[in-house]
Formats: sequence, C-alpha cells, structure tokens
Amino acid sequence: MKEPQIIVIGNGMVGYKFCEKLRSKTSSFNLIVFGEEPRRAYDRVHLSEYFNGKTADDLSLSTENWYQEQNITLFLNNPVVKIDREQQKVYTGNGLDYTYDILVFATGSGAFVPNIPGIEKEGVFVYRTIEDLDLISAYAKKAKTASVIGGGLLGLEAAKALIDLGIDKTNIIEFAPRLMPRQIDAAGSDMLKSKLTDLGLQIHLNKNTSNIEGEGKITALKFSDDTSLEADMLVISAGIKPRDELAKACGIEVGARGGIVVDEKMQTSDPAIFAIGECALFEGMIYGLVAPGYEMAEVLATNLCAGNKSFSSFDMSTKLKLIGIDVASFGDNFITEPDCRTIIFENKHKGVYKRINVSNDGQYLLGGILIGDASAYNMLLQTAINKIALPEDPEELILGARGGSEPAGAGITSLPDSALICSCEGVSKGDICASVTDGGCENIDDVKKCTKAGTGCGGCMPMVKDLLNHTLKSQGKYIKNVICEHFNYSRQELYDLIHIHELKSYDEVLTALGENDGCEVCKPLVSSILASLWNEMILKKGNDVAQDSNDRFLANIQKGGSYSVVPRIPGGEITPEKLIVIGEVAKKYNLYTKITGGQRIDLFGAHLNDLPVIWEELIAAGFESGHAYGKGLRTVKSCVGSTWCRFGLHDSVSFAIRIEERYRGIRAPHKFKSAVSGCIRECAEAQSKDFGIIATEKGWNLYVCGNGGSKPQHALLLATDLDSETCIKYIDRFLMFYIRTADPLTRTATWLNKMEGGIDYLRNVIVNDSLGMAKQWEHEIEKLISSYKCEWKEAVENPAIRKRFSHFVNAPEEKDPSIEFVEMRGQKRTAEWKIV
Amino acid sequence: MTESTNNWLAACRVEDAVENGGVCVKHGEEQIALFYFTRRNEWYATQNECPHKKQMALSRGMIGSITDEPKVACPFHKKTFSLNTGECLSGDECAIKTYPVKVENGTVYVGTVPKS
Ligand SMILES: Cc1cc2nc3c(=O)[nH]c(=O)nc-3n(C[C@H](O)[C@H](O)[C@H](O)COP(=O)(O)OP(=O)(O)OC[C@H]3O[C@@H](n4cnc5c(N)ncnc54)[C@H](O)[C@@H]3O)c2cc1C
Ligand code: SF4
Ligand code: SF4
Ligand code: FES
Repeated sequence: MKEPQIIVIGNGMVGYKFCEKLRSKTSSFNLIVFGEEPRRAYDRVHLSEYFNGKTADDLSLSTENWYQEQNITLFLNNPVVKIDREQQKVYTGNGLDYTYDILVFATGSGAFVPNIPGIEKEGVFVYRTIEDLDLISAYAKKAKTASVIGGGLLGLEAAKALIDLGIDKTNIIEFAPRLMPRQIDAAGSDMLKSKLTDLGLQIHLNKNTSNIEGEGKITALKFSDDTSLEADMLVISAGIKPRDELAKACGIEVGARGGIVVDEKMQTSDPAIFAIGECALFEGMIYGLVAPGYEMAEVLATNLCAGNKSFSSFDMSTKLKLIGIDVASFGDNFITEPDCRTIIFENKHKGVYKRINVSNDGQYLLGGILIGDASAYNMLLQTAINKIALPEDPEELILGARGGSEPAGAGITSLPDSALICSCEGVSKGDICASVTDGGCENIDDVKKCTKAGTGCGGCMPMVKDLLNHTLKSQGKYIKNVICEHFNYSRQELYDLIHIHELKSYDEVLTALGENDGCEVCKPLVSSILASLWNEMILKKGNDVAQDSNDRFLANIQKGGSYSVVPRIPGGEITPEKLIVIGEVAKKYNLYTKITGGQRIDLFGAHLNDLPVIWEELIAAGFESGHAYGKGLRTVKSCVGSTWCRFGLHDSVSFAIRIEERYRGIRAPHKFKSAVSGCIRECAEAQSKDFGIIATEKGWNLYVCGNGGSKPQHALLLATDLDSETCIKYIDRFLMFYIRTADPLTRTATWLNKMEGGIDYLRNVIVNDSLGMAKQWEHEIEKLISSYKCEWKEAVENPAIRKRFSHFVNAPEEKDPSIEFVEMRGQKRTAEWKIV
Repeated sequence: MTESTNNWLAACRVEDAVENGGVCVKHGEEQIALFYFTRRNEWYATQNECPHKKQMALSRGMIGSITDEPKVACPFHKKTFSLNTGECLSGDECAIKTYPVKVENGTVYVGTVPKS
C-alpha cells in the first residue's frame, strides 16, 4: 500500500518543528514541504541577532542535509498558490502540482501594514524575514533618522536594532497611551519609557500617523494632531496578520479578523486540512509566540500517529530579550483590585518597577509585571502556573532577589515534577532531573542534547542550570571542573599540586600529573600557573611551545598574521622624549599607531621578524614590555588628580604608577586591569576595573571585581578610607586569592559572582583574614614582585629565544609574504580576512 | 605516491626545529608547517595556511592530542586539525594537506607532494 502523503505549506519555525516531531515518532508518511522563503526554516525569534554578527546559517534550525536524512522532500522559493480541495491537490508558483491525503497550513503570519497614505514609498520596511533585515541594513547606511510604528514587543526590538545599525535618532510611534500595551500597565510603561530614552530612543505615545510624506521616498511622518516628524526610513511593526489568504480562497473557514479556524485537534473546517502556528485561530485567538506554536505541532504530530492530544489555551507570558533592559509579564498581568491584591515595588532611581497580583486569600500568585529587573521571572512564572502556595509575606517574592547573591536554586525544590520549565520544547522539571539521575547527564550541554530544554528561546537556561546543579549535588556528585582529557584536576587542585611538587615546566607537569600529549586547553593553563607560581621567563625550559601564540611571541597576533607592540606606560604618564621615540620607531618599521582604552599606545602591523629589533630600540629608550599579550596586569589608568585638577584630593597619578609597577608582569587566570581616580567624579573609571581606587577626603576607597567588556559589571566597594600601605596590602591579598582559586580564563567579576557569600565573604577573607592566609599571600606576592624582569629584555638578549622570531626556518631573513596591508587615513591597516 | 618517488625538500637541521612545536618551511611560493612532536618522537608536516580564515598560522599553533590522535590548534580561533590525516577536528568541513617527513643524518626532509 502506498504511504499516505502529508503536504506542509510553510517552512517556518512551526512547520519545521512539526516535521521534526513527526519524524521523531514515525518514518511512515510521505512528507512534502513547500516554503515561500528562499532558505530553510530559521530561528525568527532571534532574528535581531542577525544584526549582531549571527549569520543566516547560524540561525538556521537544521543542517543542510537534515531534510534528506529524514526523508522529507523540501521545496524552497516555491509558494503554494492554489488548493483544489475536491481533487486534494496543491498548485505551486513554479507550476508543480501534488496531491495530498493530509494538508497542513503552517503559513505563519506577515506584518500587519496599516493603510496609511504613502505607505508604499521607498524607505518603508517591515521586520519579519532575513530578507527584510538585509533591506533595512542596506538602507540604514544612508539614513540619519528613523521611526518605528508600533511600541510593542517587536517594535521595541526593531528600534533597538536601528540604533545598533548606527541611527542615533530613532523614534518609536505608538498609537496607545502606553508602550507594550498588551503586556504592561501604565506605571510600567513610564519606567520602560525612561529606560529606553536613556538608550537614545525617542518615544511618542498617543500618536496616530495620518500620512507618510516625501517624493517617492519617505522624508517625514505626519500625525493626526498636525504635528510631524522627520524620518529617512520607517519600520512598520504594528502587529501581525495571519497568512490565511490561501485558506480563504479555497473556502476553509477563517475568522472575521483573520486566522484559519481550528479546533483543539488543529483541524480546520475541512477534515483533511489542519493549521498550526501563527496562522491558526483557536478559540478566537492567534498565538503570536513560538511556544504555543510548537505545542500545536506536537498535538498534530501525536494525533497523526494515532495518539490523542488536544490543544488548550496557552500561557502567553513573555520576557523581552532587549539587550540591557529587562521587561517581563506573566500570568494574569492586568487583573486589578477588588479581584485580587496588588503589590507594587517601584524604585525610580534604579529604574525598577515590579507588580505582582496575588489572590484575595493571599494563597496564590496570579500574575505580574517586571521592569528593570526580571531576574525573578522564571521563578515567579512557575509559582503562578503551578499554584504554589505563597509565603506569608508575598512581597518577599519581589524584594528578596536583590542583586548578586541570589539564593541559587532555593525555590526550585518547591516546584512539582510536572512544572513546565522550557515551554518552547515542553520540557518539565521531572524530565530535566531524570536526564541527570537516569540519563547520566553531567553538564548543561548534555542536558540540552538529551531533553532539548533551552534550545528554543533560551529563556529557561538559568533555571535548567540550577536544576542540573541541584540534582547533581543531591546525588552526592561533586561538581568538578576538570581541565581537559589530559588532567583530571580542577585548576585550583593543579595549582596546589604543581606548587607542592615544585614542577617548573609544562613537560614535567604533564609527565608527573597528566596523561598523553596535552592540548591547546591545558598547555596555556599550566603555563599560566607556572608563571603565577615561579615568575620565571615564560619562554625558557621548552615552555615556549606551551604558551598561547600571543605569549609565545610576546605580542598579540592580529588579523592577517602580523603582531602588535605595546610598551608599558605606567599610569598613562609619558614624557615628550618617549613619545617621540614611539613615533620614530613606528615610522621606521611602518607601524599603525593607536591610543588604547588603557591610556597607552598600541603599534600594529609588525612582522614577526621585526619584533626583536623594534623592542631593542624601545628598551634602549627606557621602555619595557606592556604585557598586552599575557593574562596578567594590563594597565592602571589614572586621572591627573591633585597635581593638576582643581577637584583632586590626592595624587592619583603617582599612586597609579606605584601600583602598575608593583604588579606588572604577574600572571593570573585572566587579564586584570586597574585605575585610580583623584576624587569621586571618577574620571579614571575605576569602578569598571578588576580593582579600582578612588581618593576620599581621608584616604582611598578600594573597589573590586568590576569589568567592562561584553558583560559590564560595576566593581563593589571592599574597604573605605584606607591609607596607601593598607590599600596595597589588601590588593596583594586580593590578587593572590584570585590567582590561587579562580577557574581558568575567569575574570574577577565572574569569580566573585560564583563565590558563595559574595562580596561579604570576600571582604571577610581580605580585610579580616578569616582564612588565616594573609601572611602567606603577602609573602608569595612579594616573591613574585621581587623576581620581576622585563620579558622582552630577556628575549632580545638570549640568542636561542631570539632565533624563534623568524617566519621561515629555512629562510630566516625573509618575512611572511602573505601578510598584506592597505592604506587608510594616512596609515596602514590590515587587509580583510581572505574568506568570510 | 610512495616515499621514494616524492620530491624531498631539505627543510632544516633537527636542532633548528622546535621541540613539541612547529616551524614554517618555505617551498617556493608555498608555506609548509613542520612539527617535531618530541614527546611522541614523531614528525609531521602540513600546509601552513589555516583554511578557516586563510591565515598563515598553523606552524605557530599548539600541538597536542585528542584521545590518541595528534593534532594542531590554529592560534587564531583554535580550530584543530589532525596531524595524521589533516581532517578538521572542530566539526568543520575543511581539511588541510599533510606531507611526509623523513630525517636522515640530522637533516629533516619534507616530501613536497602531499599525502593523498
Ligand atoms: C523580530 C521577531 C521577534 C520575535 N520574538 C519572539 C520572542 O521573543 N518570543 C516568541 O515566542 N516569539 C517571537 N516571535 C514570533 C515567532 O517568530 C513566531 O511566533 C513564529 O515564527 C511562528 O512560527 P510559524 O511557523 O507559525 O510562522 P513563520 O515562522 O512566520 O513561518 C511561516 C512560513 O510560511 C511561509 N509561507 C506563507 N505562506 C506560504 C505559502 N502559500 N506557501 C509556502 N510558504 C508559505 C512564510 O514565508 C514563512 O516562511 C518573534 C517574531 C519576530 C518577527
Ligand atoms: S576624578 Fe576628580 S581629581 Fe580626577 S580628574 Fe576627575 S575631577 Fe579631577
Ligand atoms: S572589542 Fe576587542 S575583541 Fe572586539 S574587535 Fe574591538 S578590540 Fe577586537
Ligand atoms: S584562521 Fe585558523 S582558526 Fe580561524
């Protein structure tokens, strides 16, 4: 007998998920998919990441061969244009026709475009597909002002994307009197508005666009109140419109305001035809989120395999993934008194607004809104969905989680096994715990693979992690971070072992404590420990080949294969004579020069062969290595302080120089930076550093564990009003504690975040010496400081090391001919990657 | 290609090679990375160009092993390649060419015709 044939119209997120679910249950059925877009289904939820460097391939939901492997016939760029229900046939844009036994609509929705005069003009876009984004980013290059119509979830996301594309003047136009009218209330909207304004967005509420002006292309927007606004481009994000045109044309029942009517089995008015995802209208409602769409796919796939599942109304809680601002709503967010009791917490200064709605008997959480801090979102959502009895003082729910040391996993134990943790993939708490207890999963990747939790929108990841750790612990499993297959130890264990056994080279360590031949993970890690412990020249004893390339050649390798040279300029203070030397060296060796963020000068584009001569000249002029290549102290930034500044309280430059010279060359698990400001105005940005110092009337305030980079974090105050000696003593202890205990490649901020007890614990260790280690650490760091030597000086003076700075072993004088530069603004820059 | 019929390029003396690391050998317009895996007492040679972003870099990469397979990691983005087969071990499709190596009287020779 011939297999029954299923045709799916639409290869979007839900159409794809349906194929995946069906094939995981059965290999019968001929499965044919028609997609209108030119590419395989991709992750529309994370579409905006396309602007942040993700490629279309990264976003793709499957590999190229997946459909073939699963025995699915996929047609792309080939929309279905007509359906003949009598004959059970579909006709496509490319002139194909196929018969079906079962037809599935997964046509999703398109952007709803209101009928404003001028909407057809050039420069008006929607925000739905990768092609839309390509058009937007091309057009944005010549635009100075932009507007987004629609202040909902998608509108805000689009507006943020426009800012990221470099359009400083981006406006949001919303018809309603508040932002995200379906998720948050007026007070929440006010708070969100002020936060968005800080990001550089202009918000216009209560605005009805009446006309789009411009000759052929948009130049301005006109509103019904006769005001207008300049705009070089416009993105429409005024809602979605289900793609039901095909269904309508063949006489299937559709809703008055759009959407293909389905019952709880996803069946349309034609028993052979089903609809799932954003095109389906269930009980008068379109579900514009992936999670319910995936659930529909699950219902249909199960029922086609003779199962029996029904779709019922779905939780529409959402968390906005805008970078930098937390916004979330869950459960019954708008219910008001007298139907419930409402608890509101507001902190205008910090921009936090939280509202929870509690049942009148105080027993259950009904819903809520979170702006500015949604860290409690997952837990609150679960508390509401699972009807978990509330504590006596429900306000603890929104006041409890105040920054840093959240009681990790405290709440998750109270959740029932049935609690749905990952709603995108429908994974329950029980599934996740079982993957650990029965499935043998030991890390987050295992759990993701085994249960699929966290592979959708990713919002549940923090909870999945907590559950994993909690389950591992409750099984008595010690959560150990072993380094790699060659060393069965954590970094800290290895550090102690190397210390006790007094091992001095990578090879000795591998022979004594490891197995096999090592790799690119353990080599730099062991080298860093060796350097932290003994502070010997890192290129001796055969250790050069166990260093990361940057450490191996004492310079940062740059795109194209050239290196950069960064001499140390302590505190950012430099004499005119030395500036001239840098300029002359740069000219002589044709180097690109740039001032770094750490107040020194970076010389780019040096050939490997030239490095020793360049350094010889710099050293002769009194410079030394800046260790920009090493995991160790980078710079100590400073402001001029009391020597010049009329506000300065102490001499911040002198103190910065003293500190930079004290800790230069010391290797650590990761790089670390510092700064000293001469007063509370903080011109040196000390609070963004691994340790930062700010002058006070009475001395210095010491801050620790801050960093810039991709996840900025403010440093926390460790101690106040210190004299210089005490300040240095605390930094000594702090650095040694960090060097000894941090995981590899962990900055101080992350190290602190993982520390049980947080900053209070750290303060106790450093200031009160609660571990009794202070004397030893001070002694150890003294040894490191006194053994400091400039690595570059040693390298140029040692013929064996110097010999390694040539590109060809059989033509030592020749430079790498493959390095190419191009000219830019009167200097050179490296040529682009030869491949993208 | 059998050993005897390959074109052998005298690359360097054993003592010029880097122990447990790589050097770069010039062969006309080509660049070949030569590795002296002292720990295993083995020699390997591969193309010097990393196929990922076409960087002349592999000779400056760290070598090591995964289970028992010898490998090199590109210093740029840490993609790893088998020194035996040239296959990319970081899940990418690209592979690198590998060349035979022999040592005679303290001189290291690289066969300039790649292993198939
Ligand atoms: C920018 C953006 C951000 C979002 N963020 C979130 C979020 O944070 N959380 C969340 O849950 N949801 C989010 N969504 C919504 C989510 O992407 C959708 O709910 C989901 O994509 C719906 O899946 P679908 O398969 O029903 O529709 P789609 O993914 O739109 O797929 C439908 C496909 O069918 C094709 N098609 C239509 N007609 C035909 C035809 N006649 N023949 C062939 N093919 C046809 C379409 O071209 C399309 O490829 C976001 C959406 C966007 C645009
Ligand atoms: S931090 Fe204070 S002392 Fe330093 S430059 Fe700024 S205002 Fe002057
Ligand atoms: S932010 Fe840092 S890593 Fe990124 S491009 Fe700039 S210099 Fe390179
Ligand atoms: S260039 Fe080699 S890994 Fe990217």
